[in-house]
Amino acid sequence: MIRPEKILPNPSKVKEAILAKYPAKIARKREKSMVVNDPKLDQEIQSNVRTIPGIITQRGCTYAGCKGVVLGPTRDIINLVHGPIGCSFYAWLTRRNQTDPGPDGDNFMNYCFSTDMQDDNIVFGGEKKLKQAIQEAYDIFHPKAIGVFSTCPVGLIGDDVHAVSREMKEKLGDCNVFGFSCEGYKGVSQSAGHHIANNQLFKHVVGLNDEKPTGKYNINLLGEYNIGGDGFEIDRLFKACGINVVCTFSGNSTIGAFEKSHTADLNLVMCHRSINYMAEMMKTKFGIPWIKINFIGAMATAKALRKVGEYFGDKKLKDRIEQVISLEMPEVLKAQEDVKSRTAGKLAMLFVGGSRAHHYQELFKEIGMDVVSAGYEFAHRDDYEGRKVIPTIKVDADSRNIEELTIEKDPERYNLRASVEKMEKLKKKGLEVSDYVGMMSDMQDQSLIVDDITHWESDKLIEYYKPDIFCAGIKEKYVVQKTGIPLKQLHSYDSGGPYAGFKGAINFYKEIDQMTNTKIWKKLKAPWLSSNKESSINAEYVSA
Amino acid sequence: MQTNPCKLCAPLGASLVLRGIDGSMPFLHGSQGCATYIRRYMISHFREPLDIASSSFHEETAIFGGRQELLEGIHNVYKQYSPKLIGIVSTCLAETIGEDTQALISQMKANNELPEDVEVIFISAPSYAGSHSDGFRQATKALVEQLCIKGETKQQINILPAFLSTEDLRYLREVADSFNMPAVILPDYSSTLDGEIWDSYQILPKGGEKLESIASMGSSLATIELGSALDNSLSAGSALEERYFVPNYRMALPIGVKATDRFLDSIAKITKNPISTKYSRQRGRLIDSYADAHKYISGKKAAIFGDEDMVVGLAGFLSEIGITPVLCASGSMRSNFGEAVSEVVKDAKGPIVIKGNVDFIDIEEDIRMLKPDILIGNSKGYAMSRRLNIPLLRVGFPIHDRIGAQRILHIGYQGTQQLFDQIVNIILERSQKDSSVGYTYI
Repeated sequence: MIRPEKILPNPSKVKEAILAKYPAKIARKREKSMVVNDPKLDQEIQSNVRTIPGIITQRGCTYAGCKGVVLGPTRDIINLVHGPIGCSFYAWLTRRNQTDPGPDGDNFMNYCFSTDMQDDNIVFGGEKKLKQAIQEAYDIFHPKAIGVFSTCPVGLIGDDVHAVSREMKEKLGDCNVFGFSCEGYKGVSQSAGHHIANNQLFKHVVGLNDEKPTGKYNINLLGEYNIGGDGFEIDRLFKACGINVVCTFSGNSTIGAFEKSHTADLNLVMCHRSINYMAEMMKTKFGIPWIKINFIGAMATAKALRKVGEYFGDKKLKDRIEQVISLEMPEVLKAQEDVKSRTAGKLAMLFVGGSRAHHYQELFKEIGMDVVSAGYEFAHRDDYEGRKVIPTIKVDADSRNIEELTIEKDPERYNLRASVEKMEKLKKKGLEVSDYVGMMSDMQDQSLIVDDITHWESDKLIEYYKPDIFCAGIKEKYVVQKTGIPLKQLHSYDSGGPYAGFKGAINFYKEIDQMTNTKIWKKLKAPWLSSNKESSINAEYVSA
Repeated sequence: MQTNPCKLCAPLGASLVLRGIDGSMPFLHGSQGCATYIRRYMISHFREPLDIASSSFHEETAIFGGRQELLEGIHNVYKQYSPKLIGIVSTCLAETIGEDTQALISQMKANNELPEDVEVIFISAPSYAGSHSDGFRQATKALVEQLCIKGETKQQINILPAFLSTEDLRYLREVADSFNMPAVILPDYSSTLDGEIWDSYQILPKGGEKLESIASMGSSLATIELGSALDNSLSAGSALEERYFVPNYRMALPIGVKATDRFLDSIAKITKNPISTKYSRQRGRLIDSYADAHKYISGKKAAIFGDEDMVVGLAGFLSEIGITPVLCASGSMRSNFGEAVSEVVKDAKGPIVIKGNVDFIDIEEDIRMLKPDILIGNSKGYAMSRRLNIPLLRVGFPIHDRIGAQRILHIGYQGTQQLFDQIVNIILERSQKDSSVGYTYI
């Protein structure tokens, strides 16, 4: 089928209509966060700015980014939340990260630890309670490490989690204790929490153990959180290819693996937003280059594996990778063909995360679906426009609040894994080393890109595009489904997964097929009520 | 340290109450994470849209106070939602910095800074004091205190539920209807959190108790306040009694024959109307089923955990059917919890352990010792149920690993009947499974 050049309708009018409802000041602000995409142009999108009070946002807090996202999926660190009970409860397994206890059997994933701060702690300070909690956690579980996470009241009442952590680390002797100043109000979204988590892991854990890895091709996988078992599927592929994962940040990770992660020869960055700080710091201090990869989508997976082969440049490895790909692909293609016959031409919208809205477009492309509109919840401009814009991003007061570590070359352990010439060569082959081109250049002409979408905006856009599927999180799920459009959760995957790798792609195709073709959306109205009224759900998408 | 807590935070309960008022919007004054987390958590239970606004504090706000954000937020909510009520709930953050939110709102009202046709009320519910069920009561009480006005006595009753399901709330309305008596149910989220599929977009879900009805609660004949593990400081019923002399009938949740008898009797006495034969028949059938099944469950042991009021209600019911609630546990630490349980378990055989302020580590430890036949509580008991191989009946909140949490009827003869059948069947299934014979006819 020959597709017209402009496949998507021009959404400028609907954008205007959306903004018209806002008071002038807010309209001016939101205008900059909504861009009608032209992949050939360098367009700027406003992002990582404060959420407007009273507008229902998808965003969470700094604590959520630090404890919930980055440190949450680790399995043998006790993540102790210093604060009132709610914060820890709400982050208790809600992201559906999976773990495999491994031979040592340590797995605190199922636990939720809180100091359960009370009035008197707010008045008189909570450091004593925190010390007791650390001691108690140590006495009961004997963990190798304890991470202490600050919630809103902690910094305000003057509790010093870092001093307490240092003191307890010394006292306990064989347990690494480190704190995070990730109070909810710092920064404008969970993104600030990612940065804080990266910093503290780098400061307190990475580089503690210089033991060399045993594999030939040693990599770290950064920004993969093993939601719905994604990490397990990726690990399976690495194993099949003979690639050794020293450490994953941080799905099913261990403190031991973090400590040794600086011994890997290449960092693969999956979720650019949440983990690029770690990749950059490891590059500067230890000389490990990073490349952006994506294991969401079968072609993307093949591409990611080939990038690793290309980087190491070893024919044996490359051959093995090709062998794995050719072994996996027939089943993928079979599922793709089958599903595509029912999903081709359908429309998707994605408003999620700091990388997922980009990654998942691969899967939709593979089954012939068009992404009409997408946006991130907490990303920065580089996630949209590519890292080339980083020098031009204005650092505002909120970003300045988050500590930027000054990293220098490690005098003994710095080892440039790939020479400048090699990097240049790789670049010529299309392998962007330490770079990410962002989402916008990958999206169709005239698609609408919206950062930190509000309720009002998503409702209007649903009305306009009438998508066949909307991807976001559980907060959006039921409101979207009330209007007769299925919502796929891409934070925690509903009850599904994995969606990464080849097997994951098949899972995803099938699920999207089921969700977009189920007859339930046609049975919303009782027959005796629907005779005269035209049901909104049966409307067809018309291209402009 | 709390490990695997058996309680959630106060602003969650307060937000739920605000969702049970017509045209109302909860607004958390603090970091946006509170609103996001509470939404995501309650939505996983109710599986319905659930909006909560936030003033989105950031570092400066935390230092200099959030007046500007609060005002801007109220106006933005007003413009988007056209609500009738905005309930401002304080969070840890606002309370910790000593923000006098009540004073700010009064000042904004006095300066005519707020839109005219919306009620703005304040509920203090920091997470570091009490639990989600306390937040629920604090909000109910604050609403009554701020919205009620004294008027002529009206032929109506007040019903103040505990943290119950939407099906329970529908049942309460049905009971009042059966007495031909208008009832003000605060809160009533039976439609707002268990709605139908939409014809057209609803910015605020339909339903909820009307503001004018809430305003008239001081004129009602009496109040039925459900939940006996409640002291006056958290009681909206007591506030109505003190201010407007509306007699308050505080009682345990009507689970079981005895408690439901008391509930219906009280309404009959207040309204001077007879109990509908529908309920006498339901009662009769329930007792008949007690007789049919007593041999299967007599002497069995159960462990109950969850909100204090739910635990008290279940404990009374279990004692009534010959199951000993060997452990009655709650993550909350209301001082009269023990007393409230003791009062309803007088008929139970054998020792009963009652514990407040416990987490799931404590609960599991007790369960290992007490060896109950069944666990009754929320979804958070699943891990323990799996580890100990003891079946779990899911009740209360939160239930996020089963569908239909909103539609569990816990109360009345009918709700009791459903719980009873499920409990008996769980025990039968277990004995069938454990039997070497495999009886097929029981």
